[in-house]
Amino acid sequence: MTRKLLTGNGAAAWGARLAQVDYIPAFPITPQTEIIENLENWIDNEGMPARMTTLESEHSMITAAGAAAATGVRVFSATSSQGLLYAMEMLYTVAGWRAPFVLTNVSRGLAAPITLEPDHNDIMAARDCGFLQIHCADCQEVLDSVLIAYRLGEDKRVRLPVIVNLDGFYLSFTREPVEIPDPEAVARFLPPYDPENIRFSASTPISQAVAVLGGTPYSYFRYESHLAAQKALEVYDEITTEFTEEFGRPREALESYRTEDAEYLFFQIGSFATKAREAVDRLRESGWAIGLIRPRLFRPLPEEHIRKALAGKKGVTVIDQNLAPGRGGVLHSELGSVLFGHANMPGILVSFIGGLGGRDISTEEYFEMAMVTREAVKEGRPPPPRLLYTETELREVEKLQAIANMERIELGAKP
Amino acid sequence: MSETLFRRIKDLPSTHLLGTGVPTCAGCGGLQALHQIYDVFGEKTVFVNAAGCMTLLSVYPFTPFRGSWLYTAMGAAPAGAQGIRDALDIQLQKGQIKKEDDLQTVVLTGDGSAYGMGMSATSSAIERGLDFVYICYDNEGYGNTGQQFSEATPHAARTSTSKGPQGYPGFKKDLFSIWAAHKPSYVATVIGAEPLDLARKIEKAKEKKGPRLILALSPCPTGWNYDPKDTADIGRLAVRTGIWPLKEYEDGKVVHTKIPRKRLPVEEYLKLQGRFSHLFEPTRNEEILNGIQERVDTYWAEVDGG
Repeated sequence: MTRKLLTGNGAAAWGARLAQVDYIPAFPITPQTEIIENLENWIDNEGMPARMTTLESEHSMITAAGAAAATGVRVFSATSSQGLLYAMEMLYTVAGWRAPFVLTNVSRGLAAPITLEPDHNDIMAARDCGFLQIHCADCQEVLDSVLIAYRLGEDKRVRLPVIVNLDGFYLSFTREPVEIPDPEAVARFLPPYDPENIRFSASTPISQAVAVLGGTPYSYFRYESHLAAQKALEVYDEITTEFTEEFGRPREALESYRTEDAEYLFFQIGSFATKAREAVDRLRESGWAIGLIRPRLFRPLPEEHIRKALAGKKGVTVIDQNLAPGRGGVLHSELGSVLFGHANMPGILVSFIGGLGGRDISTEEYFEMAMVTREAVKEGRPPPPRLLYTETELREVEKLQAIANMERIELGAKP
Repeated sequence: MSETLFRRIKDLPSTHLLGTGVPTCAGCGGLQALHQIYDVFGEKTVFVNAAGCMTLLSVYPFTPFRGSWLYTAMGAAPAGAQGIRDALDIQLQKGQIKKEDDLQTVVLTGDGSAYGMGMSATSSAIERGLDFVYICYDNEGYGNTGQQFSEATPHAARTSTSKGPQGYPGFKKDLFSIWAAHKPSYVATVIGAEPLDLARKIEKAKEKKGPRLILALSPCPTGWNYDPKDTADIGRLAVRTGIWPLKEYEDGKVVHTKIPRKRLPVEEYLKLQGRFSHLFEPTRNEEILNGIQERVDTYWAEVDGG
């Protein structure tokens, strides 16, 4: 084991290297590109025994990834944002092939307006595609999750591709000390890929991904994928228990931070949850009984774990770094459906949207969100979803609008 | 073509590899070509398919192929071939599969994918030097959705989305030249109605490495609106009128493999097809007919021996 300062991108690349991936179909996109640059450098200059092919788009990249996995090799790939959406047709398609591989998504907001900075709308758009999803809060978790993702996806009971998600900039370009496990330890945890009957070979011809006629076979295969994804929860629990034994780091489906005696909870995914942790500590200092629940595993959603963790709590502050226009936050509606109708669940979920396009969420805002939640519990009804935005920010945008307006007038537009 | 196994019609394979009972339309010129192509390529192949008529060849749990098959999506078949080829190469290199288990990667798409949606994936696969064969069954329209015009539709053809008196206003895209401009290892046009020419080209393509295109004009009774029994006649007329030049590109040169010595008037080909009937009835559209003939004549005027 060595300890190194690594960015989230570097940690993802190390995960792929330690997993001894055979094949890396690639396409550059900010803020993911450093992952494939690292891997390319290791292949070309350090003898990493893998092959990288740069495709002309993410659509082709995911197709090549799925096709190679369906031929029986271990595949890694990476993308972000617009790239994930460009590949969307193939995400659904290759998930149905039941040929496992690992895709790292470095979260970034979606156009329009176009931006490079992070939020979770990209990964939430892939919510229903059939890939499993693991969300990371720090760089160590990125490396660990890539290894876990291979074990999970390749498990006979699962056989599904897995997305490991990390936030652009906040993780992708942030250096943290990361433990790089010894290859021997990784080999004990992650044996070589056994594709079983998933392969193309002259002596065993096979038709994969063929058409079906009618809803009966179609439903059957769709249900199979769903059942496999559900099964993945139990498998994930097993694997992470083994992971903790081998590497000493807990990687449960749900991170519960200071929740046991808590009356209130923050509910959030990804790296911003570390800000929520900090807010919990500060609020605890001033006497609040508050904690944090952070799902690492988002697909499958660990519903039972969540209900167990939330039982008896008074109110939950749900923070979504995504926005479904006309609806609100995705996590909020997912959590609502997990809790509804079950006994002893918190009666109040308060929805906040924030952290879009790289916008920070300050500790003060966490305090404010906690207070709004406490008020809602007191009143016995949740307020409408809130969009985090400060007066200062509004003033900043008004200044930009004033400049735009001045420029228009100078170019001859009527004021 | 001196080394060919196929000198006469009776040299063509007498046993057919592709199974029967597939749901293609009666008289499908694409299937006619595919039968002949598969007989030569054989079963050590993996067919990578994009959305189109031929997608319905393999419907769970049946397939007419003795070898392997992967359906991808309309714009992605060459990328699927890339993934399979790369994975097979990795497995060969690591000794995980035997040499005799290796497969020829074959992309099979219609013109909708080959001329349009799959163009970007195709161009970059050629540029990367991918070792694959691309078979395009070109029925000059989006056949599987009811023959809307595609980028392969010929000028003036009536399609479900060009029903006006002039038919389709555009001109057929020159996919052969687009491929040849990439300097791949082989490009050939074929047609099922000329089986000897087709077999020789497949034989040649089979022996080569790198990107190879087999572009098969595929007379389509349903989309072109003619009697299914006429598929072979229409195919032969496509060649004899000179509207479908049989040619190949290799080593930087284009060679015409069957030059129609006395070209028949192009209307002999057009008038058998309902999609061109508006050029003859109720009155002859001389302007369009002459234009089509002139373009064919101009093409052959530039061909040695044409």
